Amino acid sequence: MSDAPPVAARGLVKRYGDIVAVDHVDLTVERGDVFGYLGPNGAGKTTSLRMLLGLIRPTEGRAALFGRDPLVDGARALDGVAGFVEGPRFYPYLSGRRNLRLLADLDGGTGNGRVEEVLEVVELRERAHDKVGGYSHGMRQRLGIAASLLRDPKLLLLDEPTTGLDPAGMRDMRDLVKRLAAQGITILLSSHILAEVEELCNRVAIIRGGSIIYEGRLADLLSSAGVGYRLRVSDAEAALRLLREQGVSAELVDGEVSFQAEPAAVEAASIALGRAGVGIAALVPRTATLEELFLDMTQESS
Amino acid sequence: MTRVYKWELFKLLSQKRTYLGLGAAMVVPLAFVIVLLIQTGGPNDIPLGRYIRQTGLATPFVVLFFMSIWAFPLITALVAGDIVAAESHNGTLKTILTRSRDRGQIFAAKSLAALTYTAAVIFAMGLVAVVAASLAWGFNDLTSLSGTPVQRWHGLGLLAGSLVVYLWPMAGIAAFGLFLSTVTRNSAASVVGTLMWALLMQLLGVLPGTEPIRPYLLGTQFEAWHGFLRTPADWAPVERAAWVCALYVGTPLFAGYLVFLRRDVAGE
Repeated sequence: MSDAPPVAARGLVKRYGDIVAVDHVDLTVERGDVFGYLGPNGAGKTTSLRMLLGLIRPTEGRAALFGRDPLVDGARALDGVAGFVEGPRFYPYLSGRRNLRLLADLDGGTGNGRVEEVLEVVELRERAHDKVGGYSHGMRQRLGIAASLLRDPKLLLLDEPTTGLDPAGMRDMRDLVKRLAAQGITILLSSHILAEVEELCNRVAIIRGGSIIYEGRLADLLSSAGVGYRLRVSDAEAALRLLREQGVSAELVDGEVSFQAEPAAVEAASIALGRAGVGIAALVPRTATLEELFLDMTQESS
Repeated sequence: MTRVYKWELFKLLSQKRTYLGLGAAMVVPLAFVIVLLIQTGGPNDIPLGRYIRQTGLATPFVVLFFMSIWAFPLITALVAGDIVAAESHNGTLKTILTRSRDRGQIFAAKSLAALTYTAAVIFAMGLVAVVAASLAWGFNDLTSLSGTPVQRWHGLGLLAGSLVVYLWPMAGIAAFGLFLSTVTRNSAASVVGTLMWALLMQLLGVLPGTEPIRPYLLGTQFEAWHGFLRTPADWAPVERAAWVCALYVGTPLFAGYLVFLRRDVAGE
């Protein structure tokens, strides 16, 4: 495997007539990343993933996985790469085990010896002899992961792997992704479940209207919003007036005072409040959640 | 490539529609024999029809004639028209295209599987027809289209050869079904379209004014095996069927291959 990054997309464009589904997307996923690819429905996430896997041809631009372009190198470009877009699909009239054997054979047969092992990993061994047509949505998602693991991947592309799962299924899937990431597998995870991305990912890209509007470390994104505080006091009106006199922008939210300030200003404000006879019941620092940032960024111009 | 082909066959063998077509191809000659056992008349206007009760060897030739009009094309279209479109519709095409096989290999394996099925259907019909009719009327010598006697084992060899020659235009229909299946991504449209195309080929062959192009129509090639049944054998229709059918097979397969290589595989 080359030293090239697991995913490198440059200037990817996909047009359908007058509609630009993906507009000059640049994307880099480094080794070891659990990379969250975020965007509202219809933003272009799945179309981007399809281009990465060579399922659709970009109108412009180039995508490479470990330095290989699927449109140039064909199936060889997918060496060490696995995953699914728009949910995993299987032959409903074949059993789960038979589906995996088929896919292992399409990979050259090397994964045949691992079929039972990957079924165990996704906890489907008991149902492996049943036809996939009778599987629940969650079981199919897990079988999709099993099918990916057969390839012993270095890069896993997962398109909304927890969509449609019940809470327990979502937790299991997140745990599985964590375990795989801990094994050193690079993961590109497309999702619009922001709590999931916040929990799993170290880097993110946010796509809106086909264009990337942020790409970088998740921690940097969260810290870029600054730290806010919630203040619960004996006299909220007095506290609000006092903070504003000190040059702190504050507002009343649900009977509490909400404001943003540097730590030194917060210390000064708390002393001032005490001196003014305003009792402080709670002063809670609060960083912006990914959800708040995401909504701010994706709804800005929509 | 062998592995992909093996799995394409396995997928076919796991689907009901495969057995629907195969079953029909086996039931038709059985029903044909039963009806002739009950009734006294026979298909005297059909090549070898007047010898139908003389030997079990005549029945498969007569059934070939009847089934070439729409039954075999429909049976073939059921599989060839579905083999790519169903995978597009179910989303499994993207599953197999993200494994370690190039698109060309997948298309080649699907083409081979569809042609294998077509051959299986024809030979299954031939086998059932010979066995059932021989049980009814005996496995006797055959009378050729020239009226000369043909020793029964030699007749069986001629039947095998005729089935192979009959397979060529059927392969043309299967190739067209594959092409439609790839282009339309819709099973129903591909199956119906293939059947309509096969019927059109037959229709053109009987319309007045089509005499100059008739030797090159696909429908005409269904009669190429008649050359085998003459004494001496007439190779001209067989030779013409070979290259004409090669065009009918090769052109849609090549076009389908090009489409398959370049098409976007997205949500259908």
